[in-house]
Amino acid sequence: MLQFREEGIYFPAADCYIDPWKPVPRAVITHGHSDHARPDMGSYLCHTLTKEILRHRLGPDIQVQTLDYNEPLHINGATLSFHPAGHIIGSAQVRLEYKGEVWVVTGDYKLLNDGVSTPYEPVACHSFITESTFGLPVYQFSSCASIYDEINHWCAQNAKEGYSSVLIGYALGKAQNILANLDPELGVPLLHGAVFNMNEALTRSGHLFPGEWLAPEIPADRLKNAVVVAPQSVLGTSWLRKLRPYRIAVCSGWMALRGPRRRLSVDKGFALSDHCDFEQLNTAIKATGAQNIYVTHGYQAVYSRWLREQYGLNAVELTTHFENNEEAITGEDQKTPE
Amino acid sequence: MKDFVTLFQEIDATTKTNAKITALVSYFQHAAPQDRLWAITLLMGNRPRRPVKTTDLRTWVATITHLPLWLIEESYYIVGDLAETLALLAGDQENTEAPVLTLTELLQALQQLAGLNPEEQQAFITRFWMDHRGEDNFVFNKLITGNFRMGVSKQLVIKALAQYIGQDEKAIAHRLMGKWDPAAETLESLFGERTIENKAYLPYPFFLAYPLEGAPEASLGPIGEWYLEKKFDGIRGQIIVRNHQVFVWSRGEELVTDKFPEFDRLKDLLPNGTVIDGEIIPWKDGQVLPFAQMQTRIGRKKLTPKHLSEVPLIMICYDLLEYNGEDIRAKTLEERRLLLTSLLALPSVNSVLQLSHLLEFDDWEAAAQFRARARDFFCEGIMIKRMSSVYETGRRRGNWWKWKTAPMTVDAVLIYAQSGSGRRSNLFTDYTFAVWDGDQLVPFTKAYSGLTDKEILRLDRWVKTHTIEKFGPVRSVQPELVFEIAFEGIQESKRHKSGVALRFPRILRWREDKPASEANTKEDLRALL
Repeated sequence: MLQFREEGIYFPAADCYIDPWKPVPRAVITHGHSDHARPDMGSYLCHTLTKEILRHRLGPDIQVQTLDYNEPLHINGATLSFHPAGHIIGSAQVRLEYKGEVWVVTGDYKLLNDGVSTPYEPVACHSFITESTFGLPVYQFSSCASIYDEINHWCAQNAKEGYSSVLIGYALGKAQNILANLDPELGVPLLHGAVFNMNEALTRSGHLFPGEWLAPEIPADRLKNAVVVAPQSVLGTSWLRKLRPYRIAVCSGWMALRGPRRRLSVDKGFALSDHCDFEQLNTAIKATGAQNIYVTHGYQAVYSRWLREQYGLNAVELTTHFENNEEAITGEDQKTPE
Repeated sequence: MKDFVTLFQEIDATTKTNAKITALVSYFQHAAPQDRLWAITLLMGNRPRRPVKTTDLRTWVATITHLPLWLIEESYYIVGDLAETLALLAGDQENTEAPVLTLTELLQALQQLAGLNPEEQQAFITRFWMDHRGEDNFVFNKLITGNFRMGVSKQLVIKALAQYIGQDEKAIAHRLMGKWDPAAETLESLFGERTIENKAYLPYPFFLAYPLEGAPEASLGPIGEWYLEKKFDGIRGQIIVRNHQVFVWSRGEELVTDKFPEFDRLKDLLPNGTVIDGEIIPWKDGQVLPFAQMQTRIGRKKLTPKHLSEVPLIMICYDLLEYNGEDIRAKTLEERRLLLTSLLALPSVNSVLQLSHLLEFDDWEAAAQFRARARDFFCEGIMIKRMSSVYETGRRRGNWWKWKTAPMTVDAVLIYAQSGSGRRSNLFTDYTFAVWDGDQLVPFTKAYSGLTDKEILRLDRWVKTHTIEKFGPVRSVQPELVFEIAFEGIQESKRHKSGVALRFPRILRWREDKPASEANTKEDLRALL
């Protein structure tokens, strides 16, 4: 029912591509991260809450059509609908139905409730396309709430010892999760331009997050013992210099491992992820009842073998061009500030 | 062991020396007395022997997690550290009912563990895993996998101990040399006043030279203030004669007297209370033999007279640390050398002890010319020591420099990459290189170091997108990238496919200007033999 083409995942019945990586006339977008929502598409179909993110990132002139969660769209006898993916604000699994056959393309998703994005809902289907970013049993993420507690405790301790706290996380998703759960006692957080601009865009869809822009001319005493939220692109740059003395923490699922944590030579790593860990993936896949599982970006070879052997599912690897915004954090070519 | 785990985490979380020392001193102040001694042995790098088989550990973790063994293996490849993999899998639940072990109790239990049968071992280890948090399990696993390492140098530990005990760092360093049993010692027996007299076999901490970068005339001043000597490629050692006994120590603080029977006669030839510092090298008929021959001899369990006559060893002596029972390290090198010279004037010792000759140059330029051709003189460069220098401990800048000759190099093609461990886990950092043999690429060396962190990340991405095949943790990659490989020596070798073995291979630079076709050939490599 779906075709895996050069341009992306194609749904012929409705003549559209899901998260295409090359320009196509009709693109269905699971969420606003840049490896899923690319420029130069003829038109975009996305969840209501993703619209302002796309306009912010791809320009105000793009042609966007939106749907709410669970709102079906009928095209040529095919049905398409969005369902909460729990990954970031507006993130959706795409349910595709044609002649009684149902596929779900998840984009990125997680089962843990981050308190900001609409929580994940399982969708029954025959075929399920899943990512596998953290598809190994060594990844076992704690609840977001418990990590927020740790972050608040760490920031408070830093302030007590006379240090600012710099929290590094992706400008869309992680940054808002952190901001929405910061202890107000820590003061109004300061935001890197990329985070501040993203928050501005999210305001237009009704989301309000605390924080003030860390302008270049900001008075020095405002920086004292402050909490700063910035994307990973600032790591190793002079942008951080004016924040001294500070302690810096990276918030990413990769921080679950000691090697990546030490490699970044930051003071602290919080394993806060917008992706599923091993158990979440297993739970999600079982809940769909799907027999055919397509495993994309991550540990696809290992994880699909696990699905075949453990659950007797028809699981195969699927090569895609999705990277992972969490993966970028350990890579060198970090995305430039938005 | 909670306080020890906390210490481990504090040290792991910082790169700042002062924070590490503070953490160490605070641990010494608060830990139980016997725990301190066990902690000191661990911190000084004396790891406990691995009491169990690592394959058993994998099987046991598979049992409690109900995961297939292959998935444990795959996870291990990704994590790159067995102790961490096991800790991540084994769980994170603390059982508050479980008995709390002190570090001493734990390490003693581990010593006994080796003698138990596999079922008893499994019961002990899985019980521990299920009763403890992930961070405890991680440190525990580091201990039971036999590769416990803390992010502190010996010198840092010595510094912290000196602060805690209120003694001179040199004294602490001296008393911690060599092997000692934490179960048989106390802080008093180790660091008390009478310790040294009781331990005649103890060496002095080695003073190590710093590599010289840049031209010496700018940084070192007039050449006349320095002793220059050949830098030999051998084993740095100390020969001790005390109480009519000879002890030979290597720089790795191993007592290696048994490996060097030729020095035994010195007990009758040298006065008691003599400690000589020098380089042990293979020497026959007035010629230096290749280092590899000595390595082979050292590796033998049993030395026959044939081995001894084939590869005789001598010490090239360059310093005297103890003379007539007196520690003379605070005298100047000039004075120490005079005493050493008088001691070696005894013709009877010269078959095994030779004075390191001073190289005489008019200026640094002449020294530089010698250094450039050092291999022609059977050495690997020049040692430069300030005549007025005292004998310090550890590696320090300022008074002793090593000025090695430029390494040999070849341009080679990257053909395999393997993920590293520790800080480099989850990254492809262990590389295998090949040179051309006709139109075939033959692997000839591995290299792990030499790239910057940035280059490692770039190369890691490249490896992931240019993989041909995966063999467990190893990937074969498209033979496209060229690297300049530097090494200190090259030997014929029957054990290697390429027929050669390199000494200290490392990556000098990434030759992005060169296509694979312009890499060196096997003939080029053999021409260096």
